[in-house]
Amino acid sequence: MAGQDQRQHRREDEDPHDLPEPAPAAPAAQGRDAEVDSLLEEIDEVLESNAESFVRGFVQKGGQ
Amino acid sequence: MGIETEYGIVEPGRPGANPMLLSSHVVAAYAAAVAGGQPGEGRRARWDYEDEDPLADARGFRLDRASAHPSLLTDDPARPAPPGPDADLSATDVDRPGVEPYDDPGAATSILTNGARLYVDHAHPEFSTPEVTNPRDAVLWDRAGEQVMLRAVRALAQNPAMPDVVLYKNNVDGKGASYGMHENYLVDRQVPFVDLVALLTPFLVTRQVFTGAGRVGRGPTGQGAGFQLSQRADYIEAEVGLETTLRRPIVNTRDEPHADRDRWRRLHVIIGDATSLEVATFLRVGTTSLVLWLAEHAGRHPEAVQSLVDLRLADPVSAVQQVSRDLTLAEPLDLADGRRLTALEIQQAYLEAVGAALGADIDVASREVLDRWDSVLARLAVDPTSCAREVEWVAKLRVLEGMRRRDDLRWDHPRLAAMDIQWSDVRPERGIYQRLRAAGAVELLVDDQDVARAVVEPPEDTRAYFRGTVVARFGSAVRAASWDSVVLDVPELPTLRRVPLRDPWRGSRAHVGALLEQCPDAATLAARLGVG
Repeated sequence: MAGQDQRQHRREDEDPHDLPEPAPAAPAAQGRDAEVDSLLEEIDEVLESNAESFVRGFVQKGGQ
Repeated sequence: MGIETEYGIVEPGRPGANPMLLSSHVVAAYAAAVAGGQPGEGRRARWDYEDEDPLADARGFRLDRASAHPSLLTDDPARPAPPGPDADLSATDVDRPGVEPYDDPGAATSILTNGARLYVDHAHPEFSTPEVTNPRDAVLWDRAGEQVMLRAVRALAQNPAMPDVVLYKNNVDGKGASYGMHENYLVDRQVPFVDLVALLTPFLVTRQVFTGAGRVGRGPTGQGAGFQLSQRADYIEAEVGLETTLRRPIVNTRDEPHADRDRWRRLHVIIGDATSLEVATFLRVGTTSLVLWLAEHAGRHPEAVQSLVDLRLADPVSAVQQVSRDLTLAEPLDLADGRRLTALEIQQAYLEAVGAALGADIDVASREVLDRWDSVLARLAVDPTSCAREVEWVAKLRVLEGMRRRDDLRWDHPRLAAMDIQWSDVRPERGIYQRLRAAGAVELLVDDQDVARAVVEPPEDTRAYFRGTVVARFGSAVRAASWDSVVLDVPELPTLRRVPLRDPWRGSRAHVGALLEQCPDAATLAARLGVG
């Protein structure tokens, strides 16, 4: 890494949770739960409807 | 450094489909897609196996071919790696064979214009990034690999004559099979291998707290219900060893440097998980390369190194599984000297030792790794959920716990296992990680435009620049290529010209950019390279 030019492009809308200082646990957890709820709705739309046969059909050969 | 990723592969509705054939379809479909479907684009470059030696062991001996597991013979057709002078960029003459060698379709390989290798490894399509010099670039070309795989999936879906294929950036099928994401680091040959093992082992065992991709199921066949930090942990069975497909070790000893072996070794790290979260990938390769920096500078920092070597674990292999199963991150591990420390405390010791040895006057890339490492360790200790945008197992567990809470699911419910598999589907409309990404629920480090460029362009600061640029500009004259060679076939010359690239730092844009710009065609390039 030494001496290499580094591009520094962080996202402008950086979430306050990204900052090194740990946010107070309780309010942060509440905010995240709301985000999880909306994510779950989105996941419902794409998750394989027949989960059991999807999981059974996911068979791989071992690799390295 | 570089990252190799074997992707999981499925033909929907046909679990019995031949995965080797499907994988070669992936490689061929991408090659056809980038050629724009034009027939007769020129023969494809072969992989140049001249310098490969997968049975060389870093502990100083070679495994006899006859006693090697066939899966280790990755260099067929093999010849022993010849010693050679580390010449400046020059070429050697090689006889042009009178008959075209047979191309095994199962050995499909593409050398891409970005310097990467796309090929079939065992029964999986694998993308090996070009050589990069820093963790942000590793993330960038790792993301480029996801885009390459996505493009292959799309090309197959559009071709009615071809089977549909879905690709997954994961490492287990939950039924006993595991396939790898391997990191490669260039390390000074002067570091004794035993010292490297001693310094690395406690680090590799405990880095799972921020490198793990998360897995539903416990045990190699997923026989136990529950969640663990790492995909790979249950498949690690030895401390040190040569094998990568069985008895997988914490530290792999394959000594195939793909470079001048008098100066370097290539450390082949096989314990890790493939990660989609960019910060997870950044931290994995960034922290590991800083620990390797300390190994290379051990002579100047003997106390720091000794304090880390003293963290030797009583039972490293079982500690891999112990760390992976401890979602509280609070369980202490037994050290050989009788102390008991948590994985986070061991990581903290590495962070402090590396930080102190680096000192205050360090480059931006190293500073960024140290700061993020520090921040993530501190937050994991207080509230792991605060790392849900950066650490993959936390991000995955957060969604799984949401599903469990809302629908009252036990850990053995197939919806949770399905979510774990579908997490890494490379398609934006189907992959769960992709949905989180689109929803802004994960932190991103690289721009999409940069990723799109990395799909076609090589890094400029390593030999990948020469390899990728020559393939892009003179592709039809590239007869073969490998990590440390390019073989040109120019009709004007009576022989092939083989260009060795045994120094990974040479062949960069600064080194050969002007030369390549001055060459209108491959014949000029071949003529201008001195004969070594």
